[in-house]
Amino acid sequence: MTMSQKILAKKAGLTEVKAGQLIRAKLDMVLGNDITSPVAINEFEKAGFAEVFDKEKISLVMDHFTPNKDIKAAEQCKRCREFAAKHRITNFYDVGEMGIEHCLLPEKGLVKPGDLIIGADSHTCTYGALGAFSTGVGSTDMAVGMATGEAWFKVPAAIRFNLSGKLSRNVSGKDVILHIIGLIGVDGALYQSMEFGSSSGAATGEGLASLTIDDRLCMANMAIEAGGKNGIFEVDEITTEYIQATTGGRSCEAFAPDSDAEYSRVIEINLSDIKSTVSFPHLPENTKTVDEITEKIKLDQVVIGSCTNGRISDMKAAAEILKGKKVAPGLRCIVIPGTQKIFLECMELGYAQIFVEAGCVFSTPTCGPCLGGHMGILAKGERALATTNRNFVGRMGHPESEVYLASPEVAAFSAVAGYIAKEND
Amino acid sequence: MKAQGLAHKYGDNVDTDVIIPARYLNTSDFKELAAHCMEDIDSGFVKKVQKGDIMVGEANFGCGSSREHAPIAIKESGISCVIAASFARIFYRNAINIGLPIMECPEAAKAINADDKVSVNFDTGEITNETTGGRFQSEPFPEFIKEIINAGGLVNAVKSKM
Repeated sequence: MTMSQKILAKKAGLTEVKAGQLIRAKLDMVLGNDITSPVAINEFEKAGFAEVFDKEKISLVMDHFTPNKDIKAAEQCKRCREFAAKHRITNFYDVGEMGIEHCLLPEKGLVKPGDLIIGADSHTCTYGALGAFSTGVGSTDMAVGMATGEAWFKVPAAIRFNLSGKLSRNVSGKDVILHIIGLIGVDGALYQSMEFGSSSGAATGEGLASLTIDDRLCMANMAIEAGGKNGIFEVDEITTEYIQATTGGRSCEAFAPDSDAEYSRVIEINLSDIKSTVSFPHLPENTKTVDEITEKIKLDQVVIGSCTNGRISDMKAAAEILKGKKVAPGLRCIVIPGTQKIFLECMELGYAQIFVEAGCVFSTPTCGPCLGGHMGILAKGERALATTNRNFVGRMGHPESEVYLASPEVAAFSAVAGYIAKEND
Repeated sequence: MKAQGLAHKYGDNVDTDVIIPARYLNTSDFKELAAHCMEDIDSGFVKKVQKGDIMVGEANFGCGSSREHAPIAIKESGISCVIAASFARIFYRNAINIGLPIMECPEAAKAINADDKVSVNFDTGEITNETTGGRFQSEPFPEFIKEIINAGGLVNAVKSKM
């Protein structure tokens, strides 16, 4: 069995599962945000469920339209707040404590290897970076999950990614996952797991071992953009150290794939070959390396942040490039750290000052502009480069605006240049 | 169970952001969501759609966000069934969980044009293009999923077993 299959089998109380099999399995965490939870709460109450299955295994994070962007958004948060209070939900994160959910839950130690997690947010696949089976669902699944602690799954087949080599300077996990989506397409992993581990030939310290937790979280985050059911990384010393730090050593069970695990496809990725990559509108699969871009693509806005790239290493990468520089005239640069903790670290490390002095705005955590919610909406005909995860039509604002996806490094170089750029442009 | 209506035809990768843009997600009101269904790729859809009509897409229909607001907006707008060459998996789950019938059939998705009269038989999985006479067979749902659909969605299916 693959890693994902082993976790699903364990949680379903079965010794073995096969791709395509329909199972019911026990959940370790059920997540929702301020957009999806109100619909789930309505379903929960309409169905007459009296109690939640476990108040410590539900996380409600008010991150999408917060701090409340309008009256309707405020009503949605109020609904979640009241539900959380009524059911004494332990992990309710409101303004002041909240962060972007997929930055926040790993940081709080709420997700760990071997867990089975569902979240009413498509980027719930992020936690696979830590060796969990974690997948996005809708509000009805969330409602039933909160009531019963169970969900139904179709056991996925898997694509195996064997990693070797190590990333070059100014190249990060974002470039790897954009490269992969360009390679297999936005439905290349439809209904399947994307399992990442080292190639058997990888040298010591290369392949998986060369990727930081932030690289892995970023890559697993975008598995959904290749149609994947989940992204999952093998557990190694880097994972164990991270989990030790975030959970204080709570027990967990790491699963490794069987040596005879069956994969629908095996793809070799040499990290040394990966170059800075940009996804052009309006699909994440429309990729080009920065070197392949010959025209000057002028930008109106740059956004650095999101559940994909709002972590401290992303802030560091951007700050080091923006230090002592100025954002190009006529360009707006919005920097959004993923959590309150990351916000504080940016202050302590001087990044916040670098951003403001460069002419960026430095914001409280929010999903905000990524989904065209607030805090940086585009007008008709405007063009943004963002470290976010989707560049669909109308994603960041007007249906005739454009979003290009890239790494924090490319975003920072581009913010200074005023057009999509690499170092020394 | 059967459905019949005119086809609203779309291409590959119809994403949840065009089905219901995030700027309208500050509400959970089904009617309000339906009023903006497909707005960013087909601004005339809401005015044109009639109760019972059928939506047809090609590959990877419903890709993107997990927002259940997307199948809700489609269902509430009056659409009786979505036919596509393939569905993104969260959309697939959500549609089943809320009781919006969906059918995966690449041949039908390709052969049906906008405004064709289409009928579907959910029990047999048969899709008929009444305008051209074309008939197509989609894979019927497994028992487990049929149970959810017959109960009228996941919440009812779970409640009936508690």
